[in-house]
Amino acid sequence: MKRFLLLMVLITCMIGMVFAAGSKEQTAAPKEGTELTFWTFQDLHMDFYKTMAKLWNEQNPDRKIIFKPEVLPFQDMHTKLLVSLQAGTGAPDMVDIEIGKFPNFMKGDIQLASLNDVIDPVRDKFITARLDIYSKDGQNYGLPFHVGASVIFYNVEILKAAGVNPYAIKTWDDFLQMGKIVKAKTGKPMATVEVNGQWSFWPMIAQQGSDFVDADGNVILDNATNVKTLQYLKDLLNSGAAIAAPGGNHHAEEYYGFMNDGGAAAMWMPMWYMNRFTDYMPDLSKKILILPMPRWTADGKRSAGMGGTGTAVTKQAKDIQLAKDFLMFAKGSEEGNLRIWEDLGFDPPRWDVWDNPRMNAPNKFTNYYVNDDIFGMLLGIKDEINSVNVKDRLPAVIDRVSSSVMIQALQQQNKSPAEALKEGADLSR
Amino acid sequence: MKLKQTIGTSKITPYVFIFPFIASFLIFYLYPIISTFIMGFQLVYPGQVEFIGLENYRKLNNPEFKVALLNSFRYTIYTLLLLIPLPLVLSVWLNSGNRTINSIYRSILYVPTLISVVVAGTIMRLLFASSNRGIINTLAIALGAEPRQWLLGGPSQAMILLLILALWRWVGVNIIYFLSGLQAIPDELYEAANIDGASGFQKFWRITIPLVKNTTIFVTTISIFGGLAMFEESYILWSGTASPNNAGLTIVGYLYKKGFQEGEMGMTSAIGIVLLFIVFTLNTTFLKTFGFFESEGRQR
Repeated sequence: MKRFLLLMVLITCMIGMVFAAGSKEQTAAPKEGTELTFWTFQDLHMDFYKTMAKLWNEQNPDRKIIFKPEVLPFQDMHTKLLVSLQAGTGAPDMVDIEIGKFPNFMKGDIQLASLNDVIDPVRDKFITARLDIYSKDGQNYGLPFHVGASVIFYNVEILKAAGVNPYAIKTWDDFLQMGKIVKAKTGKPMATVEVNGQWSFWPMIAQQGSDFVDADGNVILDNATNVKTLQYLKDLLNSGAAIAAPGGNHHAEEYYGFMNDGGAAAMWMPMWYMNRFTDYMPDLSKKILILPMPRWTADGKRSAGMGGTGTAVTKQAKDIQLAKDFLMFAKGSEEGNLRIWEDLGFDPPRWDVWDNPRMNAPNKFTNYYVNDDIFGMLLGIKDEINSVNVKDRLPAVIDRVSSSVMIQALQQQNKSPAEALKEGADLSR
Repeated sequence: MKLKQTIGTSKITPYVFIFPFIASFLIFYLYPIISTFIMGFQLVYPGQVEFIGLENYRKLNNPEFKVALLNSFRYTIYTLLLLIPLPLVLSVWLNSGNRTINSIYRSILYVPTLISVVVAGTIMRLLFASSNRGIINTLAIALGAEPRQWLLGGPSQAMILLLILALWRWVGVNIIYFLSGLQAIPDELYEAANIDGASGFQKFWRITIPLVKNTTIFVTTISIFGGLAMFEESYILWSGTASPNNAGLTIVGYLYKKGFQEGEMGMTSAIGIVLLFIVFTLNTTFLKTFGFFESEGRQR
């Protein structure tokens, strides 16, 4: 009897399993189309591509894709990609590669597919400097998301309490003076500075036409402009007008919490940081004003194009042409560029969409920020956006800047800016 | 029939039995070691491999690798100084007195070992977070001290954090080793010592320490390797980014950075070989000094 009962239970279980499997298969029945895998380190990027994949399938019923995105932690994703490209197997069809990591993938026989054939028809509509950062020997390997113009984000509530008018801050000297006032009147620092990252320093030197590496790839980290700029940051910190960003950089968990609580009155980052405010610092809604960065000299430039992420197609893609066409559709088409603005808040790299009425229409960013016309502000500085050089030595320089130079010169202050920059430059040469 | 006989002979059977081990050893240990050795002399990029002689080893002569070496050695020495005496004393204490209470303490001390380094490191990172709401900073403020950017401090501050993590996590394991060593010591020795009127310290110094020598040697050996191969702790503590001023850069951390973040597989292999050489030399010297090989030989 016992044995019979056991048998019945077993059979019931098995039948149940068969049905469970069957129903699962039904819901997950493969749609027709080619599978397209995609890796990124930013879930916001993934959502964008998902929308574009849907749109692609509507417009190309004969070349449908089944889009399979995956979000991985920043370092892990680049590590995994490097290893799988080296091994020749396991890489996705399409992948996001961050600007500071891109040169790592330009070594040896390049394992990314050249995008020239899909870019060429509309090449003249792109800001070409943005394409160049993801290129080698005339071949384009990545499509940019944005111009990445650097801007400054002001917390108007704090500035108001201190009686400081953000529009009156024209130069970095003004910024330092006003910073002292803010600190004195509110007790809060004017700004935060990355001491374990490069995003405070890099836009500031790029603004002045300097960089980490020059156009030929030589390390110029320790030039006079950079020393002067780092000294400015040191003075800013020592005057009390700025503090080291909690967590060391502007992407640390503690930093989002600190800013969300109204921790500091300002911070400068490339434009793509806009969606970090909307998504990670909701309490600052209607309190943040975006302006061009202060100038260094009376006629200096007010921004710098930092770029950020290039999307590439790997040579391991199952259907390289399809992947390239989809990538171009998502990031290179007019519609794609408009959505890059609407969904992600990035300044799109195709200039021909910049005067499209959709760029001025209300969206989640215009609802969040104090500015009425964020893109109009950007158009005002479009001729002041210097570009940066992305060459072989860049990852090494960035690594030293974020791990040693900033810490030594700003946080621990055991080396002068000149010494710290010199050492970092020598190490990465 | 004949086949059965051949397989059944004492000559072949052992080989059949050890085949799985030999095969996995050849494929997963020997082959990678040999190819690492070869790659150490090569420039390895996707689809482009060339011999460059000793170039990879020459490039290791840089300040960063020296920092990595120094950090690894300092970490190893400090962990040895902490993780041998402390668990030994604790296990002696746990081995005496009330059994029930001791087993509770034992579990408490052992639990951290069961937690993955990644989880422990993340917890540490959040405990020492630099915002004023981090637990340690909250405590500091309550005690009237200034809140600090703990993880961005100098090298000594970084080393202290790494040691706290190591201590918290590894004390339990070493206690288990020492306890098993202690339990092998016959009670008669202590009874005899009691009769002779030996003090507690004398018993510890004259009986316990000499008799757990083998355990101590074993624990030291694995600690030397563990210390030199440390990586996850510092990787997680600074959430995968480079630690400030390379305060947490270790040999394996440097290997990871070169190989998997910068794609220099040749140089990575060279680092691996250097690490292998260091660990091998240290451990054999250590074991030889303490006569580990000899005593084993004599026993047979």
